[in-house]
Amino acid sequence: MNRIVPTHNIGGYVPMIDGPEKVSGRAKYTADILGAGQLAGRIYRSPYSHGDIVEVDVSEARKVPGVRAIITGADCDKAFGVLPIARTEYPLARDKVRYRGEPVAAVAADDDTIAREAIRRIKFTARELPAYYTAKDALALGAVQLHEKKPGNLERDVLFELGSAAQGFGEADLVREGTYNCAEVCQNQMEMHAAVAEYDAVRDRMTVHASTQVPYYVHLMLSQILGMEMSHIRVIKPHVGGGFGCRTETLAIELIAALLARQANATVRLVTTREETFITHRGRPETDIKLKIGMRKDGRITAVECDCDQRGGAHSGYGVVTILYAGSMLYAIYDLHNVRYTGRRVLTNTPPCGAFRGHGTVDIRFAFESLVDEMAAELGLDPFAVRRANLLTAPTFTDNDLMVNSYGLPECLDWVEKESGWSKRKGKLGKNNGIRKGLGMACSHYISGASKPVNWTGEPHATVKIKLDFDGSIVVLSGAADIGQGSTTILAQTVAEVLGLDLSRVRVVTGDSEVVPKDNGSYSSRVTFMVGNAALDAARNLKSVLVNAAARKLEARPEDIECLGELYRAGAQDKGATFDEVVTEALKDSGTITVTGNYSTIPESHGGKKYRGSAIGGTMGYSYSAQVVEVSVDEETGVVTVDKVWVAHDCGKALNRLTVEGQVQGSVWMGMGQAMSEEAAYHEGLMVTANMLDYRVPTIQDSPPIEVGIIESNDPHGPFGAKEAGEGSLAAFLPALTNAIADAIGIRFNDLPVTPDRVFEAIEKRKRALEKKNGSG
Amino acid sequence: MARLLEFTLNGRDRADAVADNILLLDYLREKAGLTGTKTGCDGGECGACTVLIDDQPTLSCLTLATTVQGRRVDTIESLGADGQLSAVQRGFHEKLGSQCGYCTPGFIMASAGLLRKNPNPSEAEILEALGSNICRCTGYVKIIEAVKYAVALNAQGVAP
Repeated sequence: MNRIVPTHNIGGYVPMIDGPEKVSGRAKYTADILGAGQLAGRIYRSPYSHGDIVEVDVSEARKVPGVRAIITGADCDKAFGVLPIARTEYPLARDKVRYRGEPVAAVAADDDTIAREAIRRIKFTARELPAYYTAKDALALGAVQLHEKKPGNLERDVLFELGSAAQGFGEADLVREGTYNCAEVCQNQMEMHAAVAEYDAVRDRMTVHASTQVPYYVHLMLSQILGMEMSHIRVIKPHVGGGFGCRTETLAIELIAALLARQANATVRLVTTREETFITHRGRPETDIKLKIGMRKDGRITAVECDCDQRGGAHSGYGVVTILYAGSMLYAIYDLHNVRYTGRRVLTNTPPCGAFRGHGTVDIRFAFESLVDEMAAELGLDPFAVRRANLLTAPTFTDNDLMVNSYGLPECLDWVEKESGWSKRKGKLGKNNGIRKGLGMACSHYISGASKPVNWTGEPHATVKIKLDFDGSIVVLSGAADIGQGSTTILAQTVAEVLGLDLSRVRVVTGDSEVVPKDNGSYSSRVTFMVGNAALDAARNLKSVLVNAAARKLEARPEDIECLGELYRAGAQDKGATFDEVVTEALKDSGTITVTGNYSTIPESHGGKKYRGSAIGGTMGYSYSAQVVEVSVDEETGVVTVDKVWVAHDCGKALNRLTVEGQVQGSVWMGMGQAMSEEAAYHEGLMVTANMLDYRVPTIQDSPPIEVGIIESNDPHGPFGAKEAGEGSLAAFLPALTNAIADAIGIRFNDLPVTPDRVFEAIEKRKRALEKKNGSG
Repeated sequence: MARLLEFTLNGRDRADAVADNILLLDYLREKAGLTGTKTGCDGGECGACTVLIDDQPTLSCLTLATTVQGRRVDTIESLGADGQLSAVQRGFHEKLGSQCGYCTPGFIMASAGLLRKNPNPSEAEILEALGSNICRCTGYVKIIEAVKYAVALNAQGVAP
């Protein structure tokens, strides 16, 4: 007889369970939902950066044969926005337009050619107002307000001082200041925005397929904008081609599609162009940072003063949260005291920014790790030693009340130091044929889901259901949105692991509000932690049902039942009952079995009350990352090549080593794009980089090998000890790169992206200065 | 103006009335119902729409449908046989060359095109063959591993 043992998958290299669909073209994304009789939707966008709307004349557009619906701001009188405190955006602009590309009107027509023709015939008149394309201009005295309720164009200012910065600087041996500028960057996920809205007039029901990370938030906003009962709305999330935060809030796209569908009493498919996808944006804002750090001779940081301005764009979106994260996440990575933070989120006449991967933490981390590196050099300390001089001791609470239970940063440092050969190679890579090489390092961290959701309802943070029926297949029902990060696979793994079953027994159903329990969505790296814990709870509940059934069948006590996955038995001598037999027994009681699993965060993780907005940053577990970047700098051309990256990421426990590696590599690489080439640039409010040639995403030929070390600190609250893996490693790349460039050529870049132009110019400038000094001119 | 387009699509003969200005990409997705080929940009930027025309990787978004008259077009849906994934498909699945999956059909077709022509490519040849495809999820590390794995599987007789 074959020995039956439980099947384990946690910690293995497990290919994604929806991989076969993706590699065979069978995976359906929103734009793939094509059907006879569908109407094509198109949006008319503002050609003005800022203006009072005088008229939106659609009379000529209406005359185009085949036009079935035209809507304008007059058709949507309710505002939307992800934060209940900041709902200022209309699906189509009313009264005012505030950025070039803001949706003004929309058309649904028999086909796309007709829709485009109708769009061409819309006449839009606005009385132009002064427009502000930088935070500084928008903040200037006397600037016209973008929003009535936001004087000074200040969306939100944040100020806190915990401890005394002045006292801390007094205790320092070295105090240095730096100013930093990070360009605006876009998620630029591969799938362009799309929504398919189907209106059933007979029943007054709306079904919307949306390329979103947050089906539940889309559901809420559809109800609000359409004025429809939530029970009359159904939101379906098909496969989603990436998000990176772009889709963590309801976008105008979904709402416009629904409004058109209702007016046309039809199904409307609205797919944006790549240019529109760029303009829809919600990326990382352009950020100006002034940072001051006090340090003792031994590398210990004594005080931090940080001033951060973000050019938020024309509407709030997640803006308030972004500016709060930038301050709160100064903490929870090092042992900091005497910190003063001032942040300003500014409204400007550019497309609204949002929650890009590493939300709020990335640009601040760039500044911090850059200045620390610079100061380490000045004090003659090794960059690793300075980090080690400032480590936290977990478990602990930071000065801003963030709860840190597991802390793998020391091990991350050890791993990258060793694997990169740092101590032997740093400063000894030399120069070859005009190419100078250098090594740089930096650290970063991120949350595993915000402990307090933006939409607080009092429900558990996450809920998962499992259905078990006559066929013995286990169906996991979850609202968690898989956007390519592999959450569906993690849920299947979790449930299979608890029950000791092979993954093939488990199916996961997600993304249909009619079937699955509500979930807050895929953002702030919450899914593995929150939904994973709920899945763990559900699986344990199911196991208990099965154990009880096995006990009845085997005439034993439940506590004596041993679960071997495919076999349940009462002691080693018992021949036991097969899984299928146990299922049959269990169904006798109740028919189809459904169990529920819940997860709620603990109040200690909610971030305290020391300043307004201090809940932002609170999480159940922080991930940690350390990186070493090796570069070659061509001094003749200014071209920087990343030769290799070593990255160690503390994800608590790798539930799936394959997907953890993939997430970490993807994060590092996305950081590389921001650091080296990506920039959303505008000419008088017109985004001039709204395509993938001008917005320079690194190609496979530009991209380095990225070696990943997985550090497992086993978080006490994480599912199997796991924390997040998809965001924390992005930020460290930026400063690790500029630190490496500084190591290679002795020039420090505080403005991103570090393009060849900038490097070349800096090298030339130094050359000229040197020539002048030597009097050779 | 429409004309009769006759060609071989995924091994099957097809004849359709097709307007002169229809892109091969839109023909494939909207007329032939093969939505595996993706639209990722406004034209020629991203490679998500890559298909094989007579085994040559080609951007279907920059190709008029009528230009494939009499030729052989293969899309992602053509790969794999007898219920098994092809070597390149297995590589992208098993080595996680695909995360969100949206760029995947383009990458797979570009890789399949490479392997049909050159079953034993060097790393530089792999990078060059995939140099005009953009992926936003993987950082490409596992895509390179996926293609190398497919090369090995292909050497064992699994079709690319």
